[in-house]
Order: sequence, then structure tokens, then C-alpha cells
Amino acid sequence: MGKEEKPKLKLAIYWAAACGGCCVSVLDVHEKLLDVIAVADLVFWPIAIDIKYKDVEKMPDGYIDVTLFNGAIRNSENEYMARLLRLKTKILVAYGSCAHIGGIPGLANFSTREEIFKRVYEESESTVNPDKIRPQTEVEVEEGKLDLPEFFNDVMPLDEVVCVDYYLPGCPPQSERFFEVFTAIVNGLDLPPKKSVVGVTDKSQCDDCERKKTDNKLVKRFYRPHEIEDDGETCFLEQGVICLGPATRSGCGVRCIKGNAPCRGCYGPPPDVADPGAKMMSAIATMIDANDPEEIEEIIEQIDDPGGTFYRYSLPSAILRRTI
Amino acid sequence: MSYQPKIVSFLCNWCSYTGADLAGTSRMKYAPNVRIIRVMCSGRIEPTFVLKAFREGADGVLICGCHPGDCHYHEGNYKCLRRYYLLQKYIQQMGLKKERLRLEWISASEGKQFAELADEYTESIKELGPCKVKEVMEVLT
Repeated sequence: MGKEEKPKLKLAIYWAAACGGCCVSVLDVHEKLLDVIAVADLVFWPIAIDIKYKDVEKMPDGYIDVTLFNGAIRNSENEYMARLLRLKTKILVAYGSCAHIGGIPGLANFSTREEIFKRVYEESESTVNPDKIRPQTEVEVEEGKLDLPEFFNDVMPLDEVVCVDYYLPGCPPQSERFFEVFTAIVNGLDLPPKKSVVGVTDKSQCDDCERKKTDNKLVKRFYRPHEIEDDGETCFLEQGVICLGPATRSGCGVRCIKGNAPCRGCYGPPPDVADPGAKMMSAIATMIDANDPEEIEEIIEQIDDPGGTFYRYSLPSAILRRTI
Repeated sequence: MSYQPKIVSFLCNWCSYTGADLAGTSRMKYAPNVRIIRVMCSGRIEPTFVLKAFREGADGVLICGCHPGDCHYHEGNYKCLRRYYLLQKYIQQMGLKKERLRLEWISASEGKQFAELADEYTESIKELGPCKVKEVMEVLT
């Protein structure tokens, strides 16, 4: 009473090249969402509220306090929205693996735009397109000009396009982490320096993993998870299953490993690691229990798709971010 | 002037670098395209180093270590060998020719072999032509 009420925070959530899982992860805070909307107004969130791009364009610059931007940059619409939201937002958060390091859509960087279009509009089994029509960015019709976003050749993480204040990794980020970070912003706690990765620890998954580990990590054969009966307690690597734990930052609470699935690397690299895939290759290769070149090659043959395995989430931010 | 490839070479301190040094002190001539980086052991060479070399514009990467069984640290060169094969598979998936990455064993007494290797490898990269990694990575849509 008599106390001046704190103005409500303005929160926006946007999806670019994403699956929608990040938006759902926000809803996964369940009843705590009521706490969120008690202190914040959602001013833009395409999955849940009906606010158009033109409404965002009309907002004054810096109007939005926090934007959680999920999804990678795949086309000109994504890029436009990234730039627009950067302009309208005080704290822009790259939310989820796709915005952070490229994510699953980033695997498209193994192909070029031409290859993707050819497959999708000509070759796929369900396509009937004898005239080989491809989407055009502009087309004239009676009613006027229609346009479609331009499909880029590369998938990019958000920070290739705009300056990002914080990164909150995960596929999707753990809802608890989102809530912690959000609460910190609301309470005006000391925020970490700009460009920090938040909602994580500075360690790798292995530090948090409770499976039994020994120093003997030599294997004669690599298995894909379905090819082996996991004993539920020994380190996946020691069983010959590729687990990206050593080159992945912790913060998710090792949920996949606790669910008996090896880590696939969605939380991105630990601090000071430029290229998690290369680090993981470095670690995996030394586990090969052979000194004879032919035998080594045979064992490596069992790793079907090194690019897709070691860079499953991080291809667009890797040193070689696409095929040449 | 004809095309001069850039080759980044990682040599282990104990055998290969000493071997290359022997080539130098014996005044052997070899292709100047090979830029040597000394590392303590071929096992120290991380895949990151190799990828970064390509990213920065190397046309070829040459790794040299002690002969199998001769590693100063017992098994560093075997670790290098295993990484080499995995990297080979990976770079080919990314569209690089496997000849662009090469691993050879050079002992401290093999100055002549190193000089010949440098010449021969330079020639083979010349035939392949410039590596496009840097160009492709720098152009964003």
C-alpha cells in the first residue's frame, strides 16, 4: 500500500527456424507461468498470442525488455525478425540450441540450397511437379504482388546476424533454467557479463554424470545405441556407445544419460572450446584400441556419419560450418 | 608465377622437427611451401588445429611424427594415427579431398626423406589446386 508498483516487464518470444519445442519449454514451467505473467506482459509470442509483425514494427526502439529468440536463421524472414527484435529489445537472449549454435536445422548445411530444392520440389517420393516449379520470392497476381521469404544457402546461428546478449542453450532449454534466468532478470540481480552463456555450469556433462567410469576407455568396436544392451550403470563410452558428454556443457541435469540415452551435445561446447565436434573427435579417436592402420580404419568405419554425429547441434557454428 | 600452395605442417619436437632441422643444417633444398609448426608430440595435434589451418586458408596439412614404436611419450603417435583416420573420414564428408591431409613418419635422422616429402607433397597439392574452404566459409548468404 502506498508502495509504487514496479512496472511490468515486457517479454517477447519469437521462433525462427525452430520446431516449436522451445516455445513449449516455456510452457513447461507449468503453474509457474502464472508467476511469469504476474510480473511480465507478453507483448509478442506468435505461438500463443495474436500480435502481428506490423505491431512489433510500431513499437518504439528498446520497448521490449527481454526477447527469447529461438530458432536458427534459415531465410530472409528469420533475418528480418532478428534485426527487428534486436532493435526493439533491451536484452536479446538466444534461446535454445538453434539460436545458440545452429541446432538440428543446421544439419542442412551438409547440403546446398540447390540440393535441398531439388530434393524437395523434384525428387521426393511424394512430389508431383512436372513443370519443376520452385518457390519464387515475388510473384505478380491479379490482386497485386505476393512475396515469400528468400531461402538462404546457409543456416546460421542468431549471432551471425545480430548482437546477442545472452545464450540459453538446450534442445529445448530446461524449463527450470529458463525460470531461474527469468527470475534473475525480474529481481534485477547482478546479471552476468554480456555474451555469457546462462543457465549452465562451467563443467562438462561427465562431471555431472553418475555412471561408473574408469580410466580404461579403450574399445574395439563402436555401437549405435540400438545395437547394444546398455547395462544402465557403466559410462556409455566404455561400452562403445558414442556419447558427447566430454565435449558438452552441463546444465541440463544430464537428463538424457539418466534416461539411458547417450548425450548428443545440445548444450553446446564447454567454456573456451571453439569447436565441440573437433574436441569430441579428438577424444573418441584415442579410445580406439588398435595401433594397426587397417584395424583402426575398420573400427572407424563403424562411425557411420562423423559429421552428423559430432556436430549434430553445432554444425553452423563449427570451424567448417558447411560442406564445400 | 605459378600457383604456390600453402601447406601447414605440424612436426613433433623429438623426431620429425629434428629431421626437418637436419635437412636444413645439411643444406638440402626443399619446397618453401611447407610452413612448419613445432609441437611437442604428434599426439598433441588436435583435430581443431587441422580444421583451423584449412579455415585460415591452408591448401594442405602435413602431420609428421615419430615412427610407430619410437614415440618419446610411448604412444602419442598412435593417438595421432587414430585421430588422423577419423579426421580423414570427416573432412571427406565435408567435401575436402583426402590428399589434403597427410600423415607421415619422419625420424630425427631422416632429413633427406623430409625434404623429399615436402617436395613431393607440394607437387601433389599443386595438382589439386587451391582449397576452397576459406572462400566458402567467408561468404555468408
